[in-house]
Amino acid sequence: MNGLVVENVGKAFRAYRSEWHRFGRWLGIPAVPTEESWVLRHVSFAIPRGQALGIVGQNGAGKSTLLKIVAGTMRPTEGRVVAAGRVAAILELGMGFNPELTARQNVRHAAGLMGVVPAEIEAAMPEIEEFAEIGDYFDQPMRTHSSGMQVRVAFAVATAWRPEVLIVDEALSVGDAYFQHKSFDRIRQFQRQGTSLLIASHDRAAILALCDRAVLLDRGRVLKDGVPEEVLDFYNALIAEREGRTVSVERLRDGRARTVSGTGEARVEEIVLCDGRGRPTDQVDVGEAVELHVRVKVQRPVPTLVFGFGIKDRLGQTIYGTNTWHTGQVIERPQPGDEYRFVVAFRANLGVGSYSIVTALHARDTHVGGNYEWRDLALVFSVVNREKTQFEGCNWLEAKIAYERQQRTVLQGV
Amino acid sequence: MVVARDFGGGSVSGLLRSLWRYRHFVLSSIRNELVTRFARSKLGGLWMIISPLAQVAIYALILSNVLAARLPGIENRYAYAVYLMAGLLAWTLFSDIVTRCLTLFVEQGNLLKKMSFPRITLPAIAAGSSLLNNALLLLAMLGIFALLGHGFTPAMLWLVPLAALVTAFALGIGLALGVINVFVRDVGQAVPIVLQIWFWLTPIVYPASIIGEEHRRWLYLNPLYPVVEAYQRVLLYGSAPDLGGLAYHAVAVAALLLFALLLFRRAAPEMVDAL
Repeated sequence: MNGLVVENVGKAFRAYRSEWHRFGRWLGIPAVPTEESWVLRHVSFAIPRGQALGIVGQNGAGKSTLLKIVAGTMRPTEGRVVAAGRVAAILELGMGFNPELTARQNVRHAAGLMGVVPAEIEAAMPEIEEFAEIGDYFDQPMRTHSSGMQVRVAFAVATAWRPEVLIVDEALSVGDAYFQHKSFDRIRQFQRQGTSLLIASHDRAAILALCDRAVLLDRGRVLKDGVPEEVLDFYNALIAEREGRTVSVERLRDGRARTVSGTGEARVEEIVLCDGRGRPTDQVDVGEAVELHVRVKVQRPVPTLVFGFGIKDRLGQTIYGTNTWHTGQVIERPQPGDEYRFVVAFRANLGVGSYSIVTALHARDTHVGGNYEWRDLALVFSVVNREKTQFEGCNWLEAKIAYERQQRTVLQGV
Repeated sequence: MVVARDFGGGSVSGLLRSLWRYRHFVLSSIRNELVTRFARSKLGGLWMIISPLAQVAIYALILSNVLAARLPGIENRYAYAVYLMAGLLAWTLFSDIVTRCLTLFVEQGNLLKKMSFPRITLPAIAAGSSLLNNALLLLAMLGIFALLGHGFTPAMLWLVPLAALVTAFALGIGLALGVINVFVRDVGQAVPIVLQIWFWLTPIVYPASIIGEEHRRWLYLNPLYPVVEAYQRVLLYGSAPDLGGLAYHAVAVAALLLFALLLFRRAAPEMVDAL
C-alpha cells in the first residue's frame, strides 16, 4: 500500500498582461495568461508505506516547489497528490515561534497550527517536553533560548504525532550531534511504524543511509528514478556535465549501474587491483597491503591532468579518496597519445564487505570544472577477514583492549 | 483513509467548517497576541485598560472643556465628547480590521509558503483581536461616561449587533483588498490614504447637521454612515437605531462578505505563487 502517490504533477506560474485579468478569471471572466512557465511537469512517483524516497537535483530543479505541493501549501496546476493520512513537514523548524512566549506556549500554538485539538496537545505535552530535553527552559520565553534549544522544541512538536507522510528537508542537519542522532532515531521509528518519508537533501550520505529509492529532478522533470546509489552517481556526473556532454550508464553483471561521464580528453584504459604478491585479485584480506594499477591515456591536449581515486562501500558512501592535486603530483601539459601508469599503494584496513573503486581524471582539485572522465564502479572488490580478530564496521582500527580487576572498597562502621 | 489536501478552497461552507475545526487555534492566537503585546511590561494587562482610557479621557477633557465644543440641542457640556467617542468606537473597529487584513497575507507570506493550514484562520484572528481591543475601548468609554454623568442605558445593548455589522463590513472589504494586495502591492499603499479621506467624509468629528440640506443625501452613499449614526444614537441619545435603514445595510454587508469569501476561495490557491 502506498503512503504517498504523486501523479503527473505539474506546476506553472502564470503571468497576465495585467493583474486585472487574473482577478477577472476568479470571477469567471475568461483570460489567457501571456506567459506560462512550467517549473514542474509530469512528475510521478509513489512511496510505499514505511519506505523513504530521496529527491535530488540542482538548485532550481523544482525540488522545493515539489515539496510545497506535497506539503499542501501550493496547489499543483495539473496532476494530483494523494496521501494516506496526515502529511507533516520538517521544512523550516521553528516557523512562527513567538520569542516572547514560553516553549510550552509556543508548542501549543505550533500544534494548533497543525490542527491538533487542545486535549490532544496537553496529552502529548509531557512527552514533547521530555523529548526536547531543555529542562527549565521549557517554561522560559523563547528569546532566552539558544538556537539549538529552539530546534529541539521545534522538532519535538513537529514529530509529536506520527504522520503518514513526513517531508524532511535540510532541516535535519541542524542541532548538536546528540540531538541529530535522537531525531534520526525518531524518524526511523516512524518509518518502521509505516510512515513514508520524502527526503530532499544535498547530503549524499543522508540519502544513501535513509532512502530506498531516489528521484533526480532536472529542470522540473524526473530525469532518473532508481536505487539511490545509481541516481546519485548520475547526479554527480550531471553536475560535472553542466554543458550537457556525455554521460553513459553501463549495466554491470550484478545489476548495478556504472556511470561514466566526462569530456574525454583523457581516459582510464585499464584498472587492476593487485595483492601483496603483485597478482591481480578481487578479494583482499583485512589489512593486506595492495596496489591499484591504473593505465591512463591522453586523447587531446590539456593544460593539467589530475588523477583521483576513491573507495566506496556497498551503499556508495565514500570511505576514502584523494587525488594528485592534493598530493602535489599534477601532470603539466600532457600530450595526446601519452600514457601514464598510476600505482596506488594502500593497506586494506577495511571492514568485511564489498567495495568499489571510483576513478577521476580532471583538471584541478575537484571534478567540477574540467572533468575529463569520471568512472563510478570502475572496479569492484571484496574484503574478507581471514586472520584478524572478529570486528564490526567499515574500518580495521586494530584496537587493543586491556582490563584489570578493581579493588573492592569495603565500607566500615557508619 | 485518503486525505485530500485542500485547505484554501472548497465551498464557502467548507471554509467555515475548517474555521470551526481550527477554532481553538484562532482563540489561542488572539490570546497570544494580547499576552505578547504586554509581555515584559511591569503593569502588564493593566495597559489594556490604561491606553484606551487615556485616549478617551483626552478627548473628553480637551474637546469639552478647552474647546468648549457643544452639540446643538443638547445641554450636557460633555455631549460632544460622547458623540465623538461613539463615532470613534465604530470607526476604530472598522479601520483596524481593514488595515490588518490588508497586509495580512503579505506579512504572513513565509508561514503560508511553509505550513499547510486553513488560510481563513488568519483574517479570523485579525478580526477577533480587533474586536477584543474594541471591547476594551468600549469598557474604558463607559467608565469615563459614568464619571461624566452619562450612565448606562439598556439601548447600549444594541452595540453588540452593531459591532457584528461593522466587523462583517470591515472583513468583507479587508479580505478582498488583502487578497488583491498580494498581487498588486499598490493597494497596500493606497488604502490607508483612502481610509483617511473616508474618515473625514463620515460624520464622526462633526455632526451631520452641519452639512447643508441639499448635500445631505450624499451622505447616504457612504456605507459606513448608517452604522456610525446608529452608534451615536445608541450611545448619546440612548435610543434604538433606525432598524429599517440598517436592515438594507445588513443585506448589503452580507452580500459583500459572501463576495469576499468567494474571491478568497478562488484566490487562495494562487496566493502562495505570488508571495
